[in-house]
Amino acid sequence: MAGILSVVERAYHGTIEEQDDTILWVSHMLKNAGADLSILLRSNAVNYAVRGQDASGLNIGGVDLSVPPRIDDDVIALTNTGAPVYVVAEDLADRGISAGDLCDGVQTVARADLAKLFDEHDAIWHW
Amino acid sequence: MTTSGDKTITIALMDPPYESGTTTTALRIVDAALRKGINVNVFAYEGAVNMTMKGQAAHPNPVKGTSIEEQDHPSSSRFIAGLFELAGDGPKLDWVNCGLCVDERGAGDWIEGPRRGGPGDLFKMSQESTNTLIIGTR
Amino acid sequence: MADYLLVESRDPFEYADTSYFYQMAEDLCKAGNNVTFFLVQNGVLMARKGISNDAVARLRSAAPAVKILADDFSLRERAISADKLADGVTSAGVDALVDLLAEPGVKAVWH
Repeated sequence: MAGILSVVERAYHGTIEEQDDTILWVSHMLKNAGADLSILLRSNAVNYAVRGQDASGLNIGGVDLSVPPRIDDDVIALTNTGAPVYVVAEDLADRGISAGDLCDGVQTVARADLAKLFDEHDAIWHW
Repeated sequence: MTTSGDKTITIALMDPPYESGTTTTALRIVDAALRKGINVNVFAYEGAVNMTMKGQAAHPNPVKGTSIEEQDHPSSSRFIAGLFELAGDGPKLDWVNCGLCVDERGAGDWIEGPRRGGPGDLFKMSQESTNTLIIGTR
Repeated sequence: MADYLLVESRDPFEYADTSYFYQMAEDLCKAGNNVTFFLVQNGVLMARKGISNDAVARLRSAAPAVKILADDFSLRERAISADKLADGVTSAGVDALVDLLAEPGVKAVWH
């Protein structure tokens, strides 16, 4: 049985100011702290797995956002830790996102299989 | 910077910083308006009064291993200070923090520029504006 | 007849009541008003080709005179490139939004 399933669904709320997504970030921190962790991207957060997100170029009041969020890279970084990153297939389809749009390393999961995924983990941290 | 006639936009904000995409959009609107020489009024209500707090501090990013300097984390107050600088002697930026909202949050220590006020200021500003955009919170 | 600027920052996946705002755009247009419907933030998730429950397409069909714009930064932030932009949606900068806001008489509504 795997450890924690970290469920991410809210997306692009404060990501510019934070320079990342806070739940992807805390998931990565938990993984670094030794957690046995998987990540499930559902609802709007499936867009986090799309390649080519670009939030560069912002300047407000002469202040550059010199380090913009690179959320697709953050998803890839999570997969590189060995943490499985799942995205819900139907949530992708609802948003017009095809498999070819996704970052390497993420795994699609059908809605019908989510209960099984929950059941495979000791705890569900639904942020 | 020259002003664009007598045009003025008033924006009411409610979202606290770091929680919503709306904060960034609102600041982009203020920036674009000032650059066009349009006067801007902002009424910061409820959580939005935290946007101008002076004590906001940058931090490193331990996930990426970046230092404070490398991460160059721009706080909302830093952006807003930049907007006041951008306005300079040109178009007017009038930023009003709702005083009661400030008090209940202990958010009174803010950067140079904003002033304390209340809903009456929002009404007065709207009466003197070309347009008013109310941006609520969810 | 009035000029309306409706700014839709939300999407129907996260907020069930966005249909109210799309309907408002349709109704205001059918009542003879000039309506600009400006998608921003997660509102632009509706501007990607191939989505299900396509509210933008329904609005275009019901009220073709509504001008539908989508914030260019929000699109780029979500990797919605020009080739993925839905028919009838035009990418626009925040300058366009400000120009409309600075137009006397425009009724601006944020949702």
